[in-house]
Amino acid sequence: MKRIRLWGTRGSIPVALTAAQVRAKIEAVLRGARGVDLGSEAAVKRHLDGLDFHQTGTYGGHSSCVEIETGGDQYVLCDLGSGVRPFGQAMMSRHGPGKPQTYNVFMSHLHWDHIMGLPFFTPAYIPGNRLVIHGCHERLREAFVRQQAEPSFPVDFSIVAKQIEFVTLEPGRPYQVAGLIVTPKKQLHAGDSYGYRFEAGGRAVVYSTDSEHKLDDPQETRAFVEFFRAADVVIFDAMYSLADAISVKADWGHSSNVVGVELCQLAGVKHLVMYHHEPAFDDAAIERVLADTRRFEEITRSAAPLKVSAAYDGMEIAL
Amino acid sequence: MEFNNRRYGEVVVVAPAGRIDHASAEDFRLRLAPALEHCSEGRDRVVLDFSAVEYISSVGLRVLMLAAKQVKAQKGAIVIAAMQPVVKEIFDISRFNYVFAAFPGLREAVADLSTQALALYDAG
Ligand SMILES: [Zn+2]
Ligand SMILES: [Zn+2]
Repeated sequence: MKRIRLWGTRGSIPVALTAAQVRAKIEAVLRGARGVDLGSEAAVKRHLDGLDFHQTGTYGGHSSCVEIETGGDQYVLCDLGSGVRPFGQAMMSRHGPGKPQTYNVFMSHLHWDHIMGLPFFTPAYIPGNRLVIHGCHERLREAFVRQQAEPSFPVDFSIVAKQIEFVTLEPGRPYQVAGLIVTPKKQLHAGDSYGYRFEAGGRAVVYSTDSEHKLDDPQETRAFVEFFRAADVVIFDAMYSLADAISVKADWGHSSNVVGVELCQLAGVKHLVMYHHEPAFDDAAIERVLADTRRFEEITRSAAPLKVSAAYDGMEIAL
Repeated sequence: MEFNNRRYGEVVVVAPAGRIDHASAEDFRLRLAPALEHCSEGRDRVVLDFSAVEYISSVGLRVLMLAAKQVKAQKGAIVIAAMQPVVKEIFDISRFNYVFAAFPGLREAVADLSTQALALYDAG
């Protein structure tokens, strides 16, 4: 495994910045630049680099889609949220229509925000390409067929069906796919969800989204600690605060930054990536949660430090 | 886990000590239960004196959430007081500041709940 690329990081539904939000960012940057010498290109870049991420960037708006670059010639993705559309555009410009590719997908579950990108994934329409969709849900195929059925979408699933295979996996069993060892794990979520642990060449990456942690069962905690054990990167559903996750939003199927840090600390993980951001949070709010989470990691640390990041569309993590 | 409970009129001060984590959260819950049982409308009010709590994990915070819910259902009152700085930070980062009224000192917490209890507290 060489690299992780996050194409869609927003939870539940895609979001976009409004004109007013973009303008507010620009105004804040211009105000902060008063009196700064911006005479050269390098000075402009230096000034921008010194600002907070939320001032010059955005955590982004696409729903769940993560690419794991294996270093081999097949592609590996987690989930087919709206983020798979720009991934497909990137594949079209890299390979064109003439060079068939294999895309291996691992589905956390079949909620809409995790499947909605497939009808807009251009490579699926090109004969010769192979899309192998792995998942642990019995109704894997049905979910994709249904979202493209009349009257919800103009292009029927049968148009892409030739390029697509479905493979049902069993949780707890390791599988060899595209040079990786992949192990699914069942998680708590409406209709069940599954996390995936990817291993190759002494590296381990865990994708664990749409997963609620009830905190009332030590055995369950131990099982997740084992699943995360010594991973280089854990991509973790940190949609809510701990208080919300265990009270007003209990049983909504999501977790918190605090539980993410605790599990990763217990498991000796190197890098926690907070994922599936709450759609109601703007960039400044996500950045405040990130600062809080880093502080929490610092004051609860008992062993090696855990790196904490907030995922954003376009983020790349070298392995 | 050592609990040191005191009473000032209708206000019961519950004072756990040490770390409230995976190993001790269940013990914390069990020892807190009797005070919560009588924390209802027209009866006791509870102050959690956290001055001797060194650390609280999510599992411990879950016990506090259950306590807040139970007391709310019983129309009682429960507040938290005298958190050490690290515990206060964990509490705020977890957004429990929206769940519990928190007071820097025990006296302010008692005062918030009852003037009669405050008089007894000040009298020692
Ligand atoms: Zn989701
Ligand atoms: Zn879901």
